Amino acid sequence: MNRLAVELPGLSLKNPIMPASGCFGFGREYAKFYDLSVLGAIMIKATTLEARFGNPTPRVAETPSGMLNAIGLQNPGVDRVINEELPWLAQYDVPIIANVAGSTVEEYVEVARRISKAPNVHALELNISCPNVKKGGIAFGTVPEVAAELTRAVKEVSDVPVYVKLSPNVTNIVAMARAVEQAGADGLTMINTLLGMRIDVKTAKPILANRTGGLSGPAIKPIAIRMIYEVSQAVSIPIIGMGGIESAEDVIEFFYAGASAVAIGTANFIDPYVCPNIIRDLPNVLDELRIDHISQCTGRGWNNGQTVYCGT
Amino acid sequence: MKENMKIIANRQIAKDIYELTLAGSLVQRMRTPGQFVHMKVANSGPLLRRPLSLCDINQEANECTIIYRAEGAGTTLLSQKLPGDTVDVLGPLGNGFSVSALSSGQRALLVGGGIGVPPLYELAKQLVKKGVFVTIVLGFQTKDVVFYEERFASFGETYVATVDGSYGMKGFVTDVIHHHRLSFHVLYACGPKPMLRALANEFPHQDVYLSLEERMGCGIGACFACVCRVPHSETAYKKVCSDGPVFRAGEVVL
Ligand SMILES: Cc1cc2nc3c(=O)[nH]c(=O)nc-3n(C[C@H](O)[C@H](O)[C@H](O)COP(=O)(O)O)c2cc1C
Repeated sequence: MNRLAVELPGLSLKNPIMPASGCFGFGREYAKFYDLSVLGAIMIKATTLEARFGNPTPRVAETPSGMLNAIGLQNPGVDRVINEELPWLAQYDVPIIANVAGSTVEEYVEVARRISKAPNVHALELNISCPNVKKGGIAFGTVPEVAAELTRAVKEVSDVPVYVKLSPNVTNIVAMARAVEQAGADGLTMINTLLGMRIDVKTAKPILANRTGGLSGPAIKPIAIRMIYEVSQAVSIPIIGMGGIESAEDVIEFFYAGASAVAIGTANFIDPYVCPNIIRDLPNVLDELRIDHISQCTGRGWNNGQTVYCGT
Repeated sequence: MKENMKIIANRQIAKDIYELTLAGSLVQRMRTPGQFVHMKVANSGPLLRRPLSLCDINQEANECTIIYRAEGAGTTLLSQKLPGDTVDVLGPLGNGFSVSALSSGQRALLVGGGIGVPPLYELAKQLVKKGVFVTIVLGFQTKDVVFYEERFASFGETYVATVDGSYGMKGFVTDVIHHHRLSFHVLYACGPKPMLRALANEFPHQDVYLSLEERMGCGIGACFACVCRVPHSETAYKKVCSDGPVFRAGEVVL
């Protein structure tokens, strides 16, 4: 028995660990460190219809236990992703989740339609939560009706299941989750970054050229846990959780909150081997907790362990 | 590519400037001057790694030297580390200075500004070993932060300028170059962007290599934090960490 294997819409994962979108490029850099086939899946960098340069630099700033980024969805455009990046990734035995972004409904639909036809794309992640672009992104992620309409439009054209990436920059994340579930989303991914800012004490100017950026890393983990805990009890579609994960114990905590798989972002920058290390450590942590299979952890934080079978 | 390297020495050599010597097997991978390492100073404290240029590579002793300025939380913490402590090092990373651009008997001009000076040391060492004649121009803000003047002087004629005139010639590195009418086959520079821009504008028709600095995330080319633009294009880019940090003048927009 593979104690780490999980089944999600469109995704048969050998383990529930995947790098988060925007934190792993299209895999080429990390492939120099380890065999990407060990990963459960890969969430590739946000893709838009045309190539985008993104925001001016500085694009990152450090914060206590976290970092701010304002990359601005830099990417080579959907055609080059389909013609160059996805075929390169096909050499690895790993399903790809394509992160889809845009500034209009039409753009999202067109990117989704094209990229969902690539043979190794097993699911889409609809990015309605990027805080770093003026138009689109988060504008679609804060009003339930708008998010639902976009989800419906993308579902209509996508050849693969659609996961919607939720923004934490909302007052009622449960309402957002319910709206996209009703619109046909096959799953949720959460959370994207929290809007934040830093100002240089010497110059009195914002450190990021974009002024504001998205906060990620361990600093946001408690927020992610709380939101997944709330949303997982309100919807019946699976959640891929993310936000500050650094260790196998963190992974278990996300599962307990209600996640069925997890993604790892910022931690890749600190340790390029973090994903394979967590995959290696997970069985030992399950042993310590006397849990047979990782899936038995999902929702244990709120279902009182009812569906959880404790081994031996 | 990642190792807990042992601190052999960590001493102050000028105001807020420290010279750190590390030992470990990663040194055997270090070849090119201008490459950098990405350092995690401690498990608690600052989250991200810090990019630091290699100053001296000593493969026989399995040691390398890095010079840094203690200015933020990470480098201040690093300045408190003692011999015997370890630091988590990823590297060597990036593409450094092309030593093969010159052959024996030719002339190189090495220009460094402030904390951009260190990578020129290994470069000077390798060029001199090849029989290249080197001239060195170092620019600093003020006398207190001048370092490595004598060390560079052992490789070739070395000039120092300070912005406030408290040491060497008053002014910028370009003033020194004009004043002494320094000429070269190849110019190599590392320092603040205004300095690099001035040098690129000054010598538009010559072979000029510039090492850039930018705030980095991953240091390996995955996060797109440290990109710069390429001339005459709306979308083309180079990543400072993995395409650079050394570029030919004109290759990227400064
Ligand atoms: C540098 C950087 C770039 C990111 N780019 C994207 C992106 O293109 N699309 C997206 O949906 N999320 C993006 N994110 C958000 C991450 O995928 C993730 O949701 C978030 O960082 C929280 O996880 P973490 O704390 O493990 O990093 C980015 C995050 C960072 C730090």
